[in-house]
Amino acid sequence: MESTSKNSDITAKKKYLISKGIDGFFEDIYDLYQFILRFFKEAFSAPVEWKEIVNQCYQVGYKTLLLVSVTGFITGTVFTKQSRPSLSAFGAASWLPSLVSIAIIKTMAPLITALIAAGKVGSNMGAELGSMKVTEQIDAMEVSATNPFKFLVVSRILAITFMMPVLVLYTGLVGMMGAYLNVHSNELTSFTSFFISAFKSIEFKDIFSSLFKALCYGFTIGVAGCYQGYYAQNGTQGVGRAANLAVVFSMFLIFVEELLIVQVLNSFR
Amino acid sequence: MDKKDTQIDTQETVISIKDLKKSFGPLNVLNGVNLEIKKGENVAVLGRSGTGKSVLIKIISGLLKPDSGLVKVFGQEVDKISEKELQELRLKIGFSFQNSALYDSMSVRENLKFPLVRNKRDLNDKEVNEAIESVLNDVGLPQTINQMPSELSGGQKKRIGIARTLILKPEIMLYDEPTSGLDPITCIELNNLILKVQKEYRTSSIIITHDLTCAKITGNKVAILNEGKFLKIGGFEEVFSSHDTYIKTFYDYNFTENNKIYER
Repeated sequence: MESTSKNSDITAKKKYLISKGIDGFFEDIYDLYQFILRFFKEAFSAPVEWKEIVNQCYQVGYKTLLLVSVTGFITGTVFTKQSRPSLSAFGAASWLPSLVSIAIIKTMAPLITALIAAGKVGSNMGAELGSMKVTEQIDAMEVSATNPFKFLVVSRILAITFMMPVLVLYTGLVGMMGAYLNVHSNELTSFTSFFISAFKSIEFKDIFSSLFKALCYGFTIGVAGCYQGYYAQNGTQGVGRAANLAVVFSMFLIFVEELLIVQVLNSFR
Repeated sequence: MDKKDTQIDTQETVISIKDLKKSFGPLNVLNGVNLEIKKGENVAVLGRSGTGKSVLIKIISGLLKPDSGLVKVFGQEVDKISEKELQELRLKIGFSFQNSALYDSMSVRENLKFPLVRNKRDLNDKEVNEAIESVLNDVGLPQTINQMPSELSGGQKKRIGIARTLILKPEIMLYDEPTSGLDPITCIELNNLILKVQKEYRTSSIIITHDLTCAKITGNKVAILNEGKFLKIGGFEEVFSSHDTYIKTFYDYNFTENNKIYER
């Protein structure tokens, strides 16, 4: 019922408190707040849509696996290659595994995976739900006594939130493999000594902070994609807009969150 | 099939609407609508585009909230009941959308299975399959069971959309422009299907349409909506014997030579 009430709000002719743009901005924030609130309410009430959550987890993994594998590998290789001259200038080429592991595990793996997921999964959520909205499929679900918010939105947000840490660990591993191959081909470092050296500089806190970031990014991508899609309007143009905004908002918020989370986690160190 | 085959069961009122108002911003779409539908009765609602016909049935099904007025379905006020009660009430209401609204990522079988397995969790696979086959036979499309919605024609989509609602055995059917955009032969098939549903499923229905033939064939009553209110409600002959210009124009467009209404 909320989906349609938003439409009627939008068509209403109003007297603006400040201006159309500023009022609209705060209204959007309020709607987003209500959307997130509803997500938590529905997520913690029975019945849980396990089948759909598992299906969405598979979709998220399936859609991003190849991309994160390739980008993770390239990132690891290129970062190692680019860092070598600077470290070698100080006679510190042996620090390469440590430097690469810190960069990949702490920042690059979560960030790259999140950006890939925002582009691939976030846009897909926006477009899919947007298309369902403008073709009345969401209304059809509602009138057949199925809660579309729970079935479509909650399952998607939970799926990407839970899958992101898995994907981040995977991207980190693939990135480290790329880095190892580069180090091995240049410095002839063995697999064991590379990884012993790499993980000497990594603490549990670093892995925990990466996984925490992954959870936040996954939730952000899910909320941005589903929110834009669930409230899409104006036909096919609205579907395109929903997909586009899902990606733009996700990416913007991911960088803002990166900054905030790093500040907060550093204060605990 | 003739609508005379279908009898109105009782005088029990299943839908009661009193002084219903709904506006979108400055636009007053419904401005004091009153309507009563008896059990087993089909009411065809006619009116120009944008007069709020679809808004009316969306309010009845709880998809939209009224601004004011009373909307009772089986004695329950749809805008006042809890979410759980609304879900239970919706199991008794079938809604056939103008554009069918089939789930395009699912096959016909999955489209029909979806509402059934979610609302009747005690059914086993055999019972589910039997229900799907039975309802597909009822709408005359058993051969489409494994097709995707994109592979169906407009008329087939509408019939599968109706089948998807019939699978839950509703007591009320809300049809949103069931014959719009279809060829005359498919329109006849759909009109017959609406009558068949009324007779075999014993439904009460609201049929939103611009098509006077559809209204005449399927409606026990016809209601003309204009400027947010019903101009006239009654039998087809009774309503269209009116001298009201608005009603006459509707009739003339469909049933008299167009020379009378076109300047050529």
